[in-house]
Amino acid sequence: MLRDFSTLWVAGMRADNASSGFISRSGEAPLITVDHASKFYKTGSGAVHALDNLTLDIQAGEFVCILGPSGCGKSTLLWAMSGLHGLTSGEIRLGGSLMTGPHPDIGMIFQDANLLPWKNLWQNILLPFEIKRIDPKPYIPRIRELLDEVGLTGFESKMPRELSGGMQQRASIVRCLSYDPKVILMDEPFGALDAFTRDEMNLLIQKIWMETGKTIVFVTHNVTEAIFLANRVIVLSARPGRIADIFPIDLARPRTIDETFEPAFIEKVLAIKRTIEHRPASATGAG
Amino acid sequence: MADNLRDNIPTFDDHAAGGDVNNWSALSQAPMVKSGREAAIIVGIFVAIIALVQFWLEASGTKSYVFPKPTEIGSALWNNFDLFWPHLLSTLRVLFTGYFIGAAVGLVLAATITQQPFIEKIITPYILLLVTTPMIALVPLLSSKLGYDTCAPRIIVVALASGPMVMINAATGFRRTDLGKIALARSYGASTLQIFTKIRFPLALPMIIVGLLVGAIFGLLTAVGAEMVGSSEGLGNRLVYYSSRVQMANFFAIIVILAVVGILDYIFFYWIGRKWASWEA
Repeated sequence: MLRDFSTLWVAGMRADNASSGFISRSGEAPLITVDHASKFYKTGSGAVHALDNLTLDIQAGEFVCILGPSGCGKSTLLWAMSGLHGLTSGEIRLGGSLMTGPHPDIGMIFQDANLLPWKNLWQNILLPFEIKRIDPKPYIPRIRELLDEVGLTGFESKMPRELSGGMQQRASIVRCLSYDPKVILMDEPFGALDAFTRDEMNLLIQKIWMETGKTIVFVTHNVTEAIFLANRVIVLSARPGRIADIFPIDLARPRTIDETFEPAFIEKVLAIKRTIEHRPASATGAG
Repeated sequence: MADNLRDNIPTFDDHAAGGDVNNWSALSQAPMVKSGREAAIIVGIFVAIIALVQFWLEASGTKSYVFPKPTEIGSALWNNFDLFWPHLLSTLRVLFTGYFIGAAVGLVLAATITQQPFIEKIITPYILLLVTTPMIALVPLLSSKLGYDTCAPRIIVVALASGPMVMINAATGFRRTDLGKIALARSYGASTLQIFTKIRFPLALPMIIVGLLVGAIFGLLTAVGAEMVGSSEGLGNRLVYYSSRVQMANFFAIIVILAVVGILDYIFFYWIGRKWASWEA
């Protein structure tokens, strides 16, 4: 089951990086820079201030989790990074060039798997190629390996309604990886799944990240999930979204679900919870 | 009696006897027909009803010019079909031409107005007017302008009757936007046209098919009505003709033909729906 196709991916990435003129490793120029980003939404009841002057750098190959309470603007930030939404002020750069719209190096995974119900699983996975008008042929061996990796081999001709929520989301992950984007943005992808499936998916994402070395930005409101996955947890304040604190997570990989119940892990959970709830460390016992 | 009946009424007996009812037509895929046994019961009840009507009409001594027996209708259908055939063709020609124009305009309008809410506000009152007014009323007016020997007035009213039905249903479909799927397509760099062809249109397709079905039925009703009011040919014209001559067997034979056309219409769109929109239960 566990296959090492990292060489395949890394080779692909290196070639891509070289051709687009930047190679980013930690210590070098960041891959994604968010510079003084602010966003106001117009709604029926007036303007909503979603993001406030947020500045953030993400290195190539990093796994960053953006964590915050509901409505703190974390999804707004992610959608702006994807180029799907614009900013009111500030700018986002990918590899030094300004984001002006959806970018071929960025893949997005949403909370809803968003499989098209009229296409079977295989056709759904090829949707990016259909829209981008790329011949999928050279990518097909890799897609087959990915399907195997996520345990969907044999389900290619199933329609989405015949798949469980977890299977649908795994299919959407394969669809995103299929065209080999450098950056994967994930918007609460496992928020609608049950706790067991969520654990499974978190292990899968960790494995994919370790094997492919993609840059992943992962939005969640689940503290444990954020710590489990991330190299860095960026905690946003309540609306308007600002960076409340940044927690580097130095736990060894691969991390296991069991580790999430160990004292060192729980200590990190508490520290982040206190930040979100504006509680000083001494107030823990008082509740 | 039984021989006559079997010759003239399209029963499902052959297939029921063969036991293989699952492959012969789109109807067998209907959820109600689950087995050969069920099909046999359904067909049996149908035959029993016809037989009961036959028996009752014979026992009560009802005159043929009041209500013809099923066997008389059957034999009229069998013996006079060559008389009915040109009129069936005439009706189908008017129906197809008018429906094609109406459905095409309706679909284009539906796709347009759902993108441009202001255009929708402008044209909605007229669409309501078209839907709620019986288009048959226009036939005498159109005939006086365009002539009585042309089928143009009938084609126009069929288009006017079926088009809005297609439009209203298709517009409902196009309004079912799934922002998540549109965002997904956009994240792949999809153009507005691609979002329409890859996301919006397939999403609307089940409702479009419903609209096409309803429009086709409305078109058929309007075509027959228009022929009854102002035409020298077509099945509607034959209805008026045979009833005025008290040829009730022929009259009912025409009604059977119309019913078959309507049912075929339904089966066709049912099949299309199965084929293209089966993802939606």
